[in-house]
Amino acid sequence: MRFIRDSGMPAENKRGVPVKKYVLKRFLQMIPILLGISLLIFFLFAMMPGDYFSSNRKLTPERLNELRALYGLNKPVIERYFIWLKNAFHGDFGFSLQHMLPVTTLINRYIWNSFIISFVALFFTWALALVIGVYSATKQYSFFDKLVTLGVFASLSVPSFFIGLMMIKFFGVDLHILPIGGMLDTGSNSVGFAYLLEVLRHMIMPVAILTILSVGSLTRYFRTGMLDVLRMDFIRTARAKGLKERTVIFRHALRNALLPAITLLAFELPGLFSGAIITEQIFGWPGIGKIQLDALNARDYPVLMTLTMFLSFLTIFGNFLADVMYAAADPRIRIAKKE
Amino acid sequence: MEEPIIRVNHLQTYFYVDSRISRAVDDVSFSIPKGKIVCIVGESGCGKSVTALSLLRLISDPGKILGGEVLFQEQDVLKMNTKDLHNLRGNQISMIFQEPMTSLNPVFTIGRQIVETIVEHTLLDEKQAWKKAVGLIERVDLPRAEQIMTSYPHELSGGMLQRVMIAIALSCDPSLLIADEPTTALDVTIQAQVLDLLKGIRDESDMSILFITHDLGVVAEIADYVIVMYAGKKIEEAPIIDLFQNPRHPYTKGLLKSRPIIGQHQDRLYSIRGQVPDLSELGQNCYFCDRCEECLDICKEKYPPYLSDGSQHNTACWLYEKGELNESASGTN
Repeated sequence: MRFIRDSGMPAENKRGVPVKKYVLKRFLQMIPILLGISLLIFFLFAMMPGDYFSSNRKLTPERLNELRALYGLNKPVIERYFIWLKNAFHGDFGFSLQHMLPVTTLINRYIWNSFIISFVALFFTWALALVIGVYSATKQYSFFDKLVTLGVFASLSVPSFFIGLMMIKFFGVDLHILPIGGMLDTGSNSVGFAYLLEVLRHMIMPVAILTILSVGSLTRYFRTGMLDVLRMDFIRTARAKGLKERTVIFRHALRNALLPAITLLAFELPGLFSGAIITEQIFGWPGIGKIQLDALNARDYPVLMTLTMFLSFLTIFGNFLADVMYAAADPRIRIAKKE
Repeated sequence: MEEPIIRVNHLQTYFYVDSRISRAVDDVSFSIPKGKIVCIVGESGCGKSVTALSLLRLISDPGKILGGEVLFQEQDVLKMNTKDLHNLRGNQISMIFQEPMTSLNPVFTIGRQIVETIVEHTLLDEKQAWKKAVGLIERVDLPRAEQIMTSYPHELSGGMLQRVMIAIALSCDPSLLIADEPTTALDVTIQAQVLDLLKGIRDESDMSILFITHDLGVVAEIADYVIVMYAGKKIEEAPIIDLFQNPRHPYTKGLLKSRPIIGQHQDRLYSIRGQVPDLSELGQNCYFCDRCEECLDICKEKYPPYLSDGSQHNTACWLYEKGELNESASGTN
């Protein structure tokens, strides 16, 4: 396929300034939103009855008061908010009493485990959904398309815990080809490349589950998007121009069908770090999902608050990225902002 | 008609919707002479556009071209392999459409969309193609060609976009241009300019044009020959002057009567009663009989054959069966 450049197009000169302005404006808009969210999150958690110490029945009321004073829990909520905000600006998000670790250290230790399986799963989900979705759209109502539709609904309706356990039984217990859980073999002390391979082997099943869970809806999404675009007038024009079907599909249709997916991709950003609670539980994966659940049970609020705040930030940042990418990919957006 | 550039024989394009068959184009034959403009007229849903799209095999599901042949340079377009077909489209036969606003890809610049066509069909490299594209934009009378080349479709008006479409259509010097209601979505002044442009191009390059429209004003402006379609059938065909002066089929007469006449006050404009029949529920009768003011008994039983008396003016109507080409039939006009 020959690639045609918009040769001689002074893109930067023509549109550079409004785009920069637009990006800056959108970026600055994030600050008040984040402050608002921090306020909301802090007060919601402050309103929850009890704290980390209230579930410990061995503590005398005097000791309880002492501890609360020590950790600043007896101050007015407003004051506590500003103390928390000030510390947060210095990168200090509090201390997890449950784990006896600073929250940032704790999260940093586990969140990347979640990230790695989410990221690989996301990659496979998008790659598969894109290929299958686009292909089945070009062959609408064919046998392949019907098979895909069946697969989509199967993937949407099978619960992860069930299929996860089935996979463990089949691949782990019966066939002995995959580890049944965890991130490393028991008592493993492998390093370097061997370590990498070990993690990869353990990743296969959780990644497969996560991919199966989300590939269905995304395939459906791409198929519908592509079908919509294929019905458009400009596709007929492209065909009437004598372009090869491949060029029509991949140059003219796909580019338009992918535009709405930008938003979708940006929304995946928080999902990369939020951890998959059920899947991590089934496979004993040391991810952030389990930490969150434990923190909730133990009322370890600094951990929960930090995670909630972090995911909110990622959501907002994802939105910002979506807007910027959209402006870069769709020429119509820029003009709308200029006028 | 002298040396036709394309000859369409017994074209049949049906649509299969909900297990019913819509005969959108049913046994339509015509040919287009070199350097002439042939208009197909008719109401909405009479099969004009489907005829046009069928010539380039641009019919997509649930439509299907069932039969007939489209002979272009002694080759049947309907039987061509994909490679030849792609080589034909946009190169020897090109097409422009009704909605210029949606007919261009919104995410590519105008320049890229013209260059793409030229690069596909010629041996020019991108730089040469770019130069040629600028020339084409100037040829369709658009100012500031370089600026338009780097614009996106949404930055131009409908009239400008239709000119761009024409520029794309002309990019490989086709011998036939199919124009599917190219002026319908434009306002009247722009419409006249686009018609002038098309006529000018025809005069310059001796290109043939198949022009689809429902607007008799446009027909009068541009056509050399006229084909009238009704419910998927060709019902009358004549050179332009003949058709306007001496229409034969009652439907054609009705169409001509429903035009407002400038300078003549009418309280109520004439209209043909009823509406186009459902194309999936056609019987053996003449499809126009229930709307026809001159309906005969036989019309309700049998569809009239298309009569060719050797002249260029032919029609499918029982009134003219048995060679009775009586002028009295048009006396009501």
